[in-house]
Amino acid sequence: MIVFGRRIPMVASLLLWAILWEIIGQLQVTILLPPLSSVVMRLFEIVPTASFMSALGVTAYAFIVGNVIAIAVGVPLGILMGRSVIADRLFLPWVNLFLSAPLTALVPVIMVIFGLGQTTIILTVVLFAIWIIVLDARAGVRSISPSLVEMAHSFGANRLQAFTRIYLWAALPEILAGIRLGVIRAVKGVIIGQLLVSIVGFGALFKLYGSRFLMEHFWTALLVLFALAFILAESLAWLERRVDFYAASRG
Amino acid sequence: MNAPIALTAARPVTDSVVEVRNLDKIYAGTVQALKDITVDFPRGQLTSLLGPSGCGKTTLLKIIAGLLPASAGEVRVNGKVVSGPGPERAFVFQDFALMPWASVIKNVTFGLEMRGMAKAEREEIARRSIARVGLAGFENRYPHELSGGMRQRVGLARALCVDADVVMMDEPFSAVDEQNRRKFQEELLTLVAQEKKTFIFVTHSIEEAVYVSDRIVLLSPRPGRIAEIIEPDINRDGDTEAIRRHPVYLDTVDAIWYSLKTYLD
Repeated sequence: MIVFGRRIPMVASLLLWAILWEIIGQLQVTILLPPLSSVVMRLFEIVPTASFMSALGVTAYAFIVGNVIAIAVGVPLGILMGRSVIADRLFLPWVNLFLSAPLTALVPVIMVIFGLGQTTIILTVVLFAIWIIVLDARAGVRSISPSLVEMAHSFGANRLQAFTRIYLWAALPEILAGIRLGVIRAVKGVIIGQLLVSIVGFGALFKLYGSRFLMEHFWTALLVLFALAFILAESLAWLERRVDFYAASRG
Repeated sequence: MNAPIALTAARPVTDSVVEVRNLDKIYAGTVQALKDITVDFPRGQLTSLLGPSGCGKTTLLKIIAGLLPASAGEVRVNGKVVSGPGPERAFVFQDFALMPWASVIKNVTFGLEMRGMAKAEREEIARRSIARVGLAGFENRYPHELSGGMRQRVGLARALCVDADVVMMDEPFSAVDEQNRRKFQEELLTLVAQEKKTFIFVTHSIEEAVYVSDRIVLLSPRPGRIAEIIEPDINRDGDTEAIRRHPVYLDTVDAIWYSLKTYLD
């Protein structure tokens, strides 16, 4: 960004908003928005506490397990759909349906079946993350040049070798894009799941802070979550850029 | 206009590696791509499949490669009926078909790796074949770092290092610039002379076919059938530059042009 002929780093705008937050907080306009400085002070106070760390651990566990399942199922399913017309006809309507469906409405159903525990939250994460992963893996496989498939075939690759040596790699830019989008959706999934179950992890914390009007605590938890989601998305984007060079050269 | 120059008639083939018998190919139940193709590919020689677009030359090559099924008839390689790709055949692709995520040496060793050869062994063979096509020193480069001509050299090295009897090339130089194409054509002659391999070469360039081929199979379009088989009587042992000025070369190019002209719209 260039203002009055000077280069202003992107962080500058963040700083501007932080100052605005601090001013509004100090003016005590509303109880809902305490000053940023006191939120930051609270951050150092409550983050090391056992309850916060355990909420973070429980959330991270559900998030990681859910994503691993979504990737382990979603990527092969997407590749299968990209390669087989029958599989595509069978699954594509469902994938498209779930991709655009308001998934939050389904969480109570999962809750009824699997109870108020980690299983429900893990499944919610899977439910949020998997569809875009499937769809992007499918798109990646469909963009493989036909001659590369013929090449694998003519040099004696069997189906498994063609999958692990060609399809997976050729579709990697799209697969990674799908995983990045899936992981971002999974952040929503894990928090929505916890909020609805509301006795686990951050869901329980938010409920506690909200009901007792502990706004500094509330904003602290929110800041931590936002920062984690941002770092996660950015590191995946970085990984994606590393393989992007060959997405363009596939022709 | 001059009358067409008589073409050198093909001699009967005594030792053929690839035999194609009464081959038909019908696409989607209606489009007849190839009709009653019967042709032999003599051992140790370069045979071109030449014709205008729509004559089915690439289809024929892919059926021989086992990448496409025939609708009727059969292909035999070393006497055995072809039902799919096999280790005795290697393919060079028009668009190179390199793995963009893999280095040159990994691309070249692909065929050997699929055969389950140990890493050290296959890399040693690959290094030799990379040097053979003039790419020594580029083993660890990636395809996007190479020019079009160099990429096709990688494709050629990959086909050479599996040590197949038959090397099939599908318009291998059409995506390469004119200067590099000429250089490739000259090098191909050296390669055919040195390697004891049978080459099947698809091209739509008359000059290219006459320059590199021992034998030219002329295909006519819609449906693809064999119009003529020509063996240009050119001595290729001496100067590769001299071939383009050889009277037989020039006459053959002319004669094929007269022959193919009738098929153009």
